[in-house]
Amino acid sequence: MSDARTQGVTALETMFAAAKAEGRSAFLPYFPIGYPNYEESLAVIEALAKTGVDGFEIGIPFSDPLADGTVIQAATQKALENGTTLRACLAAVRELRVRGVEQPMMLMGYMNPFMRYGLERFTRDAKAAGADGLIIPDLPPEEGAVFAELCRKEGLALAFFLAPTSSSERIALVAQQASGFIYVVALTGVTGARTELPADLTNFIQRVRQQSGDVPLVLGFGISQPEHVQAVQKLVDGYIVGSALVRAGEHGAEATRALAERLMPRGAL
Amino acid sequence: MYIEANSTNVPDARGYFGDFGGRFVPETLMPALDELTTAYYEALADSEFQARLANIQRTYTGRPTPLTYAARLSEQLGGARIYLKREDLAHTGAHKINNALGQALLAQRMGKKRVVAETGAGQHGVASATASALLGLECHVYMGSVDIARQRPNVFRMKLLGANVIPVESGSKTLKDAINEAIRDWVTNVETTFYSLGSALGPHPYPMMVRDFQSVIGIEARGQILEQAGQLPDVCIACVGGGSNAIGLFHAFRQDEAVDLVGVEAGGHGVASGEHAARFADPDIGRLGVLHGTKSFVMQDSDGQIVNTHSISAGLDYPSVGPEHAFLRQSERAYYTYATDDEALDALQTLSKLEGIIPALESAHAVAEAIKRAPTMPKDAVMLVNLSGRGDKDLDTVISALAGREG
Repeated sequence: MSDARTQGVTALETMFAAAKAEGRSAFLPYFPIGYPNYEESLAVIEALAKTGVDGFEIGIPFSDPLADGTVIQAATQKALENGTTLRACLAAVRELRVRGVEQPMMLMGYMNPFMRYGLERFTRDAKAAGADGLIIPDLPPEEGAVFAELCRKEGLALAFFLAPTSSSERIALVAQQASGFIYVVALTGVTGARTELPADLTNFIQRVRQQSGDVPLVLGFGISQPEHVQAVQKLVDGYIVGSALVRAGEHGAEATRALAERLMPRGAL
Repeated sequence: MYIEANSTNVPDARGYFGDFGGRFVPETLMPALDELTTAYYEALADSEFQARLANIQRTYTGRPTPLTYAARLSEQLGGARIYLKREDLAHTGAHKINNALGQALLAQRMGKKRVVAETGAGQHGVASATASALLGLECHVYMGSVDIARQRPNVFRMKLLGANVIPVESGSKTLKDAINEAIRDWVTNVETTFYSLGSALGPHPYPMMVRDFQSVIGIEARGQILEQAGQLPDVCIACVGGGSNAIGLFHAFRQDEAVDLVGVEAGGHGVASGEHAARFADPDIGRLGVLHGTKSFVMQDSDGQIVNTHSISAGLDYPSVGPEHAFLRQSERAYYTYATDDEALDALQTLSKLEGIIPALESAHAVAEAIKRAPTMPKDAVMLVNLSGRGDKDLDTVISALAGREG
């Protein structure tokens, strides 16, 4: 890792500012460590980094991923069968930094492996490995106080979620608690590519914006096609593509890179 | 009143029983859980809802279920007098109907026409399908394909009752994976759908709500044993998978400090074998964790991945345990032990031959503990065992297990 790279919340701020300056939103692809195997997952992430994506959501496999659809379930199951542990995921982040990947990396995982590892030990080791923050789909802000404090101590971001079902009270709560960005779930459902974005997405994002102030919004769930990417450019500060890339990942780093190229943001150039 | 709400100040407003419980779910479900909690409290305060539930329990479920003195079993063991709370005689053959009817009535009250449920042994699936048929609700039951194979009769029952049974092929293909799928369905269809969770686990308010709907077991049993035995029991025994029959029995006795409460987990092939579902018995594997929205003891490997469990009884084959049980254990109000597959099989045969009652394999774990414990107690001691279900569904399993022993 070069000395110039800032880390954690600061790195995310820099990322969003750079995208904004180019009149576009930031692209954060999701890819799980260990799929199709450990080495290949690193090759995919490295290849994506070279295409100039803005950041990453790095998937940590869990046996019971209840917020994920079938594609990510199958991929992370395969990763577990390959022996991918939380420790291996941290090693992967460290290795990617050594290989020159500079973009912010958000680690996405479920609560139980973090608890088993030890929350304090995990935030410390994640920081040391070069991660920038955490995304935990089964951790709402009501349960997140301890983890949030530990992240704050290390300067790591902890993104909380909002969904179309969130009330204005919850939007305010999440805006207050989230650090780095708010992960806005585009639809009521689990992860997975969809052919169309929800019709009322604009209204939903506007409803969130009214309460979220300056906290960046990153949209995820269902985004899988260049038209989707085009549609969200003016709407949100960033977007995540997961299942579509994971499906491409089955065919190797080159196929994933090619899809990512098509999903790159096109700003007001 | 059949439901006693919050009589012991647990859980707290965030759904915590001491250190256990809470709500570890995706944001999409948080508003639904708030809505459910509010609707549940409103229903509790509504005398019409209570009256309707009580009427269905009396005229449909067949409540109160009897308390049976197990005279020949008690005599043979030569110790405590054993009384059986006969949830096996409730409609559909197990205690699960108490909760399924309560939740289905609540779904109806909330205007939700679509019910999703998970099932392991098939008993909660059958109970949910039954309650949905009674109230005219659409019912979808998620069931692991391994459980479908070992609980065929219940699968057919659910279909007869008009439910849609959806096989789950992910993960271990058992109860835990069925819950994952049911939650994914609920996340997707949350506006129209009521999730009927079958045990005292999951995110708040489920552990509290399921306990309250099951507390009718203990409320009835306490009155019955005072009348029939002339005293409170010295000990109450129930099997613990998620733990709903046990918490339903224990709740009424919580304040009776002289009454010991004993939960019996599934010891499978023995705790040393690693093939079991005894979350409390094996500190290497059973640790504080989060599964299915609640913080409790969870069977996991050193990386925090949930491990596959084993029990001869599908209903106890679950890697976590209801948070209130973790709390009762920590506060030393209840004690937890286990019975192995073999002990449960022996107990099933003993009870069948001595009392003419074929217990469910789940309930046979409680009977196994009674058989161990009764001889160590004086003859004037009184033991209350929750016979949570009947064994008809298990006949295939029992036949092949016994054949395996002979072979």
